[in-house]
Order: sequence, then structure tokens, then C-alpha cells
Amino acid sequence: MDKNVGILAMEIYFPPTCVQQEALEAHDGASNGKYTIGLGQDCMAFCTEVEDVISMRLQILHFISTLLISITVNGPEQLGNIQVPKRASYIRVIMLELSRIASHLLWLGPFMADIGAQTPFFYIFRERELVYDLFEAATGMRMMHNYFRIGGVAADLPYGWLDKCLDFCDYFLTGIVEYQKLITQNPIFLERVEGIGVIGGEEAINWGLSGPMLRASGIKWDLRKVDHYECYDEFDWEIQWQKEGDSVARYLVRISEMTESIKIIQQALEGIPGGPYENLEIRCFDRERDPEWNDFEYRFISKKPSPTFDLPRQELYARMEAPKGELGIFLIGDQSGFPWRWKIRPPGFINLQILPQLVKRMKLAFKFKN
Amino acid sequence: MIIYTTEVEDINSFYTLESLKEIYGIIWMLVPILTLVLGITIGVLVIVWLEREISAAIQQRIGPEYAGPLGILQALADGTKLLFKENILPSRGNTRLFSIGPAIAVISILLSFSVIPFSSRLILADLNIGIFLWIAISSIAPVGLLMSGYGSNNKYSFLGGLRAAAQSISYEIPLTLCVLSISLLSNSSSTVDIVEAQSKYGFWGWNLWRQPIGFIIFLISSLAKCERLPFDLPEAEEELVAGYQTEYSGIKFGLFYVASYLNLLLSSLFVTVLYLGGWNISIPYVFVPELFEINKINGIIGTTIGIFITLAKTYLFLFISIATRWTLPRLRMDQLLNLGWKFLLPISLGNLLLTTSFQLLSL
Repeated sequence: MDKNVGILAMEIYFPPTCVQQEALEAHDGASNGKYTIGLGQDCMAFCTEVEDVISMRLQILHFISTLLISITVNGPEQLGNIQVPKRASYIRVIMLELSRIASHLLWLGPFMADIGAQTPFFYIFRERELVYDLFEAATGMRMMHNYFRIGGVAADLPYGWLDKCLDFCDYFLTGIVEYQKLITQNPIFLERVEGIGVIGGEEAINWGLSGPMLRASGIKWDLRKVDHYECYDEFDWEIQWQKEGDSVARYLVRISEMTESIKIIQQALEGIPGGPYENLEIRCFDRERDPEWNDFEYRFISKKPSPTFDLPRQELYARMEAPKGELGIFLIGDQSGFPWRWKIRPPGFINLQILPQLVKRMKLAFKFKN
Repeated sequence: MIIYTTEVEDINSFYTLESLKEIYGIIWMLVPILTLVLGITIGVLVIVWLEREISAAIQQRIGPEYAGPLGILQALADGTKLLFKENILPSRGNTRLFSIGPAIAVISILLSFSVIPFSSRLILADLNIGIFLWIAISSIAPVGLLMSGYGSNNKYSFLGGLRAAAQSISYEIPLTLCVLSISLLSNSSSTVDIVEAQSKYGFWGWNLWRQPIGFIIFLISSLAKCERLPFDLPEAEEELVAGYQTEYSGIKFGLFYVASYLNLLLSSLFVTVLYLGGWNISIPYVFVPELFEINKINGIIGTTIGIFITLAKTYLFLFISIATRWTLPRLRMDQLLNLGWKFLLPISLGNLLLTTSFQLLSL
């Protein structure tokens, strides 16, 4: 062997799984501390398409899953037949129910403020701050926390989180009692809200309503029970519904849904199993196809890498019971990393369709907002 | 203030010229009026501060804390800011009506302050028909609201003005009937007589115990006349933008704001005078019969005590109305009018009937 032939030096580069925020600041030319101060994570970075094309496509999924919609991960999970560990499923249920409570609280505040009682608007933020604190402790962000991943959740719950959550449940039940005392029996409130905006059961189905609006009209339809998704079947809870279909019924449905969510959370907290929080096996790359995307430059640049996913050539409609109603995502896969069609069914927007019919022949306290 | 002629002649001894007498007479008239107006203005500032602090406490936050110690100068700061804002006139609105509207609303309220006794013999105008003066003059306020609404050249302001006027006049009638029952009980329409009629039994002499239904109706009707929640549809933000106040800016808007709180102060004072015994120290005579004589004490200390007691009782009603505003939702317009005409009016008529029959029976 020739003595001058051989390897002179070898450098092995292990790309980081995330980007330090300080480095990203320097790269973007942002001022010192702009990306770090106030944020919960210091390795959090939003990748651009140049950095991680694979991640970009699934970033859509994750961006929507920041709104705590597990369907975005449910969809690909169903498509790819991925098993989610039990613990991850329990954690997801807890997060979903906490977000349901937060969402219903945020409905209650402006609802009362529009009727004229401005004080509950402050009270709900008091409770929502507690939910935010719980989220921040577990995920690093208060609201858009980007916690769900395909195959599980992004990180495990910190030590002591379960106890804090139980404390929150106890406190929140007293909060609900306060709301009931102040609002539900108030004759002025009932006069404003009873018998207003009546929707019949038949009508509700025809208009495509979902969520509390449907359940307040006498239809016992809750996707958590119908679709048996996540692990809701393991808990003992009832569908909350009312018969009349007026505004009071919708109010009562949402209030009792909050109580029911607390029940579910308490059961989940007490029964949560140990185990992994993410199914790591799915994080493998399809090495034969798409060699370019599997290349060195495109991987592991930004945060926790999203697995590349070959969506098979089929369509899937995944739906879940969002606080507002049925949130659905319709996905048509192409045999590549990118889906052919991606359509979201917005529950709130579809529920709004019935408004012109509801206001016919009704006396409105005139509402005109700039 | 009621001044005896002997005292006037004593004080007059320091000047000699005849022609100064008239000027002196005018000044002597103006000083009490200006004192009262000053007192009322300070009262309004205090009420604004109170409202913000109490509402902050109810909503679990802190009220104003930067303008002056504990934020007591906040109302002044707001008023000064409003003074510096541009005075907008709608281009095709009726300028005269637009400008005079708020003035009429404020003037009618200010005039009614002259018949309130703050202490024994501390009243600006002791008329035989004191209470009636209040009822009559406060009925002019809706005219001011209508003028503002119409002169703004804005559909929604006009609607707001109409609604405000409708609300005001609907609730005047139960108010008047309650006041009528009170005058029946005290055999007079003079506010001083009404308070003195409540002085006989201390705490148990209040008209509150003799007219419980009337008290509640008076409370509700005066809240409605002041356009406070739960009756503030004409000016609620979520409803008609700001109702008849939409087009106003600067100090004219400030006038509406002040008028609202003046009205509240006036109503609270009238509740005190009519139902809660005015300036009387209301300690039940059973326990301290000799302290009972304090009611007759004149002089500085007695008068000051009277003023304090009046203000303390007024504060009770103020607190109730502020807490009510931030607790209850709003009534819709038709429900509001329903309440006034179909519920309060028959009950107050019944109350009057009851009072009259009791008066007849105890002939």
C-alpha cells in the first residue's frame, strides 16, 4: 500500500436536533434576546422551506395541532396505522379537555359582556391563566403549544404536573359554582336569553351544525363517543345535552361540558399509565425514495424532526370534537411526501350559517359594532 | 341657606353706602349657590373615583393608581383631557340643538340640587313644593337627550335618543307615585318637612320601614332614570355604539359623563332624604334617649354631623347602584319598557292606594 494514500483526516458531524435560539437570532440578524426572552424553549425554531422541506409539509399539520387538534396527527396516524402509546393517549386527552375548558371559558366572557354583564369577562381570564400555566409547564407555550406529534406527544409531563392539574380541577369546580350562582338563576339574564334563537333538532342536522349547538337542540351526538377516538371510552362520562334549542340551552350545555371535562381530566390524571410518550419507531425515513429530501442538508436542522411520511394514494377524513363543534380534516394522499388535497372543515364557520334564519322575527337589542 | 334677618343686619354693619347694598345682596345670593355647586362638583369627582375603585375590586383588579395618591385625581385628569380634545360638530346636523342638548341635561339636574337638605337648616331653597320641583325639572332632561340625538344627524344616535327619552319618561311615573306616597306620609312636599317627619323614632322612624315597596320601586326607577345598568341600553357600548352620545367629543361628551354622575348623586341624595331619614342620627331612641336630643343641635358641630350623616347614607345607595351596575346584565329595550309600564306602575299605584287607605284609617 502506498504510504501517501489514505485518509488524512476525518470529521464526523452530528447535526443537532434543534437550533439554538441565539444562533438563529444571529443568523436572522434579529436583536439580542428577541427570540429568547419570554419564550419557554430555547431550542425552538420555525424552519423555513430551505431548511427542512420535509418538516415544512408536516409543519402544516403541526401548526394546526398547535391549536390542540389531535386530528392532524390522527389523520396520518390512521393512514399509516401507527400505534400511539397509552400514556401519550392519556396525556392528549388531558390536554384536549383542558383546551376545551379554556375555549368554553373564552366563550362565556364575551357572551356575558354582550348581554351587559362585564364582570364575568374578568373572571374567566383568571381561570384561563391557570390553564395557561399548566400548558406552559408541560409544553413551553401558553396557547399555541404545538405539543402533539404523530405517534405521541412532544415531551413528557414534568414532575409534579399531575398534582397541579388536580389542584386546578378542584379550584375550577368552585369557579363553576360561582358562575352558576351569578348567572344561571339571574332573572334578567334569563329574560334576555330564554326562548331566543330556537333551533329544532331536525333543523340543526339540516344546517350541518355540530358541537354544543347540536347537543342543545336535543341530539345526543358527541364525536368523542361516536368515533371512540383517543381513549375516551375508558373514562366514565356522559354527553351533555338539552332539549329546548334556545340560547339558554346552549349556555347550559357548555357549562355542563366544562364540568364534564373536569370529570374526565380527574379520571385521566388518576389513571394515567407509565410508559413511553411517543412512538419513536415511526420516525424513520423512507430511504429508497426521495433521496434528495433525505439528504444531509435537509435533515435535523430545526426542531424535533418530523418524520417524512409517504401518504398513500387514498383519502381520509379525520374528525374530532373541537369545543366549537366537529373539526374535520380531509386529506387526499399522493404517493409522495406532499398531500394532494388538504381541506379543513371549520366548525365555527359552518355553525354560523344558521344566523340569518335565527334572527327572523326576533327582537334584537340592536347590535352594531364598529 | 336659610338666614335670619337679624343676623343679616348684624353683618351688614360694616358698610355704609346704599348702592353697595344691591351688589351685596347679589353676592350674598351667589355665595351659597357657588358653594353648593363646588360641593357637588367635588362630589361628582369622588363618585367617579368610587365607581372605578369599586368596579375594580369587583373585577379583581386595581383601579386608577397613577393620577394622584390612590388615583383620586383621575376624574380631574379625564376632564382635563376632554377639555383639550377637538370640539366636533356634525357637518349637516342641527348645530344649535347639538350644542344645547347636553347643556339642558346638566342644567335640569343641577337645578334640582337646590332643594336637598344637607343638614338641618342647610338647604339652598326651602320650598313648599321641594320634591315636586325635582320631579318637574328632571322631566326636562329627556328633552335634552332628544335634542342631542336628533341634532347629531346620525340614525343610530337618533334611535338612542328616542330610546333614552322613552326610558326616562316611562320610569318617571312610578317615581312620582312613590314620592307622592311619601308626601302623604309626611303631610308636605317640602324636603325639610319630610326629613323632620322621620326624626321621631330614630332608626325606626325612617320612611323605609313605612314604605318598603315604595323604596324598592324608587330604587329601580331612579336607576332607570339615571340610565345606569341594568337600564343603560341607550348608551351601552355594545348596543348603539354610544347611543345619543356617539357624535360628541371633547367637553360636550364630558358634560354627558358628568350629567350621568350628577344624576346618580342626586338620586342617592333623594333616596337618603325620602327614605333613610336625611340628616338625622338614627340611633334607636330606646337605647340612648338623651342622644336623641342631638337632632336638635344647631351650630357648626351639629351641622357638620348632619352633613356627614347625609353623605354616609348617600354612600350606601351609591355603593348599591355601583355594585348593581357591575353585576347584572342589561335589559333589552322592550323588556325595560315592559318593566316600567306593566310592572312598576301598577305596583306603585297599589302602594299609593295602600298608603292612602292607611292614612285615612288613622284619621
